Amino acid sequence: MIDPVILLFLSSGLFLGWALGANDAANVFGTAVGTRMVSWRNAAIICSIFVILGAVISGAGTSQTLGKLGAITALPGAFMTALSAGFSVFVMTKSGLPVSTSQAIVGAIIGWNFFSNQATDTSTLAKILSTWIICPLLAAVIAIVILKISKYFGRKMNLSLIRLDAYKRIALIFAGALGAYSLGANNIANVIGVFIPVQPLAELKLGSFSFSSTQQLFLLGGLAIALGVCTYSKKVMLTVGSDLGQLSSTSALVAVISHSIVLFLFASQGLEALLSRYGLPTIPLVPVSSSQAVVGAIVGISILQGITAVKWNVLGKIIVGWIVTPIFAGIVCFIGLFFLQNVFSLSVI
Amino acid sequence: MFENFSLFKRTSELESKIDQFFEKLAEASVIYRLAVRGYLREGASEEFKERLDTVGELETQADSLRRDIEQKLYKNILIPDSRGDVLGLIETADDVLTLFQSSLWAFYIEKPLIHDQFANGFKRLTNMVIKAVDELALSCHAFFRNPHAVPAHNSKVTLYEKEADKISSELKVKIFESKIKLVEKLHLRDFVNGIDGIADHAEDVADRLSIYAIKRLT
Repeated sequence: MIDPVILLFLSSGLFLGWALGANDAANVFGTAVGTRMVSWRNAAIICSIFVILGAVISGAGTSQTLGKLGAITALPGAFMTALSAGFSVFVMTKSGLPVSTSQAIVGAIIGWNFFSNQATDTSTLAKILSTWIICPLLAAVIAIVILKISKYFGRKMNLSLIRLDAYKRIALIFAGALGAYSLGANNIANVIGVFIPVQPLAELKLGSFSFSSTQQLFLLGGLAIALGVCTYSKKVMLTVGSDLGQLSSTSALVAVISHSIVLFLFASQGLEALLSRYGLPTIPLVPVSSSQAVVGAIVGISILQGITAVKWNVLGKIIVGWIVTPIFAGIVCFIGLFFLQNVFSLSVI
Repeated sequence: MFENFSLFKRTSELESKIDQFFEKLAEASVIYRLAVRGYLREGASEEFKERLDTVGELETQADSLRRDIEQKLYKNILIPDSRGDVLGLIETADDVLTLFQSSLWAFYIEKPLIHDQFANGFKRLTNMVIKAVDELALSCHAFFRNPHAVPAHNSKVTLYEKEADKISSELKVKIFESKIKLVEKLHLRDFVNGIDGIADHAEDVADRLSIYAIKRLT
């Protein structure tokens, strides 16, 4: 049984997980549900299962990167870091900025580093910052390649309109499952990454199986995301399907697949090991923004379709989000830690 | 193995119904041609009535298929992107069948007196109209399976329609230059317009289809 005090401290991370599930599931299944190609019930079940699997099986890579940025060693400190990230996401969303949990948590960790006088690992920070820019660019490139390939094969295969629709439904389910797995693997670090160095949970033994604190945290985080998917994502999927909803179903499918691949690339330890074995440059394991990956993919598709009018205001908002979100989260975290330490007399370092 | 999945079963059923619908259109055009040629030979004979009934049956069957397709598309929420286009296409294509039937009914009820000097003109006009409708049926079929082929079929529909317009104008000139009574001239003119109107409608459907095909290809 988890100590209620520990659970209370974990609540900020679990809330982040819930919000992530509620919002980002729309990037994975929004189109499929919005266009009624897949029922919300099926989408929620598939999304929940694969988010948990992704978090538990492949969540370690991105969590380690966040750990390198700032190893928070006290539970109240981790609580405030996750809470300030969650609060920043809330405020930025209210301001209409395309906010990313990944960027908020990075800012919050740096806020903790400042408060605790710990030096921020600049090489890790540079790696993380570069992925924020690379992520949408890579999604755009992948989307262009996939769309080209799908158009080529679409022409060769000459499938009937009706049969093509059936295949698209199946593909949307597979792409959604891959997307949910990648989302769990990549973004679980945002949810519970800051709690891992604290190791708040005792090892759990079930017969011959034992679950470490980290594994339990991954599971709890995954369950929180799944809860977000099951309780709140329907509304988001049906109403916020916005950008994706305006695309044709093929383009939307390509956007979802590209998003899933990008998130997977930035989370896969297996791929990293494979690339380094052959002496190739590795892809940093960093939690990236699911929404920005989708936006990048849509831009790629638009370029390919000859839509040259770039929505500068959307692009501008994303760039503002890159700067404002982490700074805001960092400041909120710094102030919050100050209060926890000096008003509530809790050890945050 | 995939056929066992209900999604693929529904897909196959819908595909088959759409194919059947356009088969009815092609079948009706053949019968229509035979009926008009038969009328030119022997008037509103028993055989003509049978052909009229056959076209009527085909129209009823096509109507029922259209309703079935509409229900399947909406009930099973299939092809959400192109559902409106498919329904628009099927509804306007269904009107071609209605035009075939009403044209034959007009022959049967009004029994126009077509003098030998005009018979060849009517024959040529009917042939051209049928060519336009047959090409339209091919174009509709291509829309579902190979949208790249739609423009080529539609160009032929337009070509046949223009040719039908030319034949109908020539025929009307011939009718009005002839020595028959004015009332007969006006009566025949209505029939020429009625037959030519089928090709006009086929061209309208082809125009819609061109837009739908462009949407599918982008």
